[in-house]
Amino acid sequence: MSASPTKESLITALNLLVFALIGTAVLASTFFLTRDRIRQSEEAEKLNLISQIVPPALFDNDIIKDTLNIAPDPLLGNSDDTIAYRARLHGEPSAVVLEAVAPDGYAGKISLILSIRANGEVAGVRVVTHKETPGLGDYIELPKSPWIKGFDGKSDAVYKDNDWKVKKDGGQFEYMAGATITPRAVVKTVHKALLYFEANRDKLFAASVPQPRPEDSK
Amino acid sequence: MNFQQFKDILHNGVWKQNTGVVQLLGMCPLLAVSSTVVNGVSLGLATAFVMAMSGAAVSPIRQLVPNEIRIPVYILIIAVLVTVVQYVMNAYMYGLYVVLGIFIPLIVTNCIVLARVEAFASKNPALPAALDGFAMGLGLTCVLAVLGGMREIIGKGTLLSGIDLALGDAAKDWVIHVIPNYKGFLLAILPPGAFIGLGCLIAGKNWFNLRAERKARGDSTAVAAADSGFAPAAH
Repeated sequence: MSASPTKESLITALNLLVFALIGTAVLASTFFLTRDRIRQSEEAEKLNLISQIVPPALFDNDIIKDTLNIAPDPLLGNSDDTIAYRARLHGEPSAVVLEAVAPDGYAGKISLILSIRANGEVAGVRVVTHKETPGLGDYIELPKSPWIKGFDGKSDAVYKDNDWKVKKDGGQFEYMAGATITPRAVVKTVHKALLYFEANRDKLFAASVPQPRPEDSK
Repeated sequence: MNFQQFKDILHNGVWKQNTGVVQLLGMCPLLAVSSTVVNGVSLGLATAFVMAMSGAAVSPIRQLVPNEIRIPVYILIIAVLVTVVQYVMNAYMYGLYVVLGIFIPLIVTNCIVLARVEAFASKNPALPAALDGFAMGLGLTCVLAVLGGMREIIGKGTLLSGIDLALGDAAKDWVIHVIPNYKGFLLAILPPGAFIGLGCLIAGKNWFNLRAERKARGDSTAVAAADSGFAPAAH
């Protein structure tokens, strides 16, 4: 090796740079090739989830596009902005889809998506992600148990504050012995989301302003 | 590459130097995603693909890369390939992508990938290098399939559950209920089940090897069985 150390390091660095550039080019092209498809998959998945909790008869608008950014709120438990979807029938607001987070699951956060009808009734709740014990606390998931459907039709008007608890704590909601922390967290979160809805009803249903799509925040 | 070489590489990857039960490399995904056959096989195949491609990509440039920076360059190549796989899975197998989650990007950190690139691809032509990567990945896939099958049958009483995530809704009916009305055995699904299952597999492989060796020697007492060199080093 006759080259000076400086020259040698420069060549090495240049070499690494070239590989980094090639790698970046490959990644960038894959990203652009798959971007639309990924967006489609994600929207399809989202629509699939939404149509599970908002009966299709309840809306005729493009619900995926009729969105509203929700700032972090203690009642929803979200730490970042989330997106609310608004269902409208013949232009009249019929339901809103909110995301809410239960911070106090048995194994960390449980994130929920729920829809609330314009009259304040819960139309449906689903668990999006959770880390509860498989086989024990995971009955909050629909494929495992119909428990989560127990919220359908409930509202703050029907059940008073004390009813929004599991039966073990004197409330109205079922639970399974051995796993009460999980349903407790979910019940509390749904109730708080309903309170949020009551307090922000006008804002949630305000006529949609065409918004720029939030660019891939993930 | 002649046929004998081809056979040797394949045999080495799938059986003799099996990643999962002999080299014991890449335990993290192995233990985490082997709760069902579909999860295990999907991640195994993704790993095999990355290994084959990284072998093929590293081999032609092995003369160009200065020795001092070979590891960063190899890791860069592997990371690029893994990210490509991640994008493609996200686009075309969304359900599976959600299930495998963090374990797809973690293929980069699976030491078996870098180990084969460094030990084999950087010293051999492209075709054998690609084959070696693929064979090693295939060996891992087999272990993941068997381990996933064991855990799924014992834990849930089914086989192939979640196959619709990989192959679309048409495959929904392929799920086999091995034990009808099974209540499930939680231990097999939880992490300890993975360790116990893997232990059984390793023991089974060692037993099989020792037996084959004894037979080959025609010596049923097999005094030397114990020191036949089957002490896989953990990494």
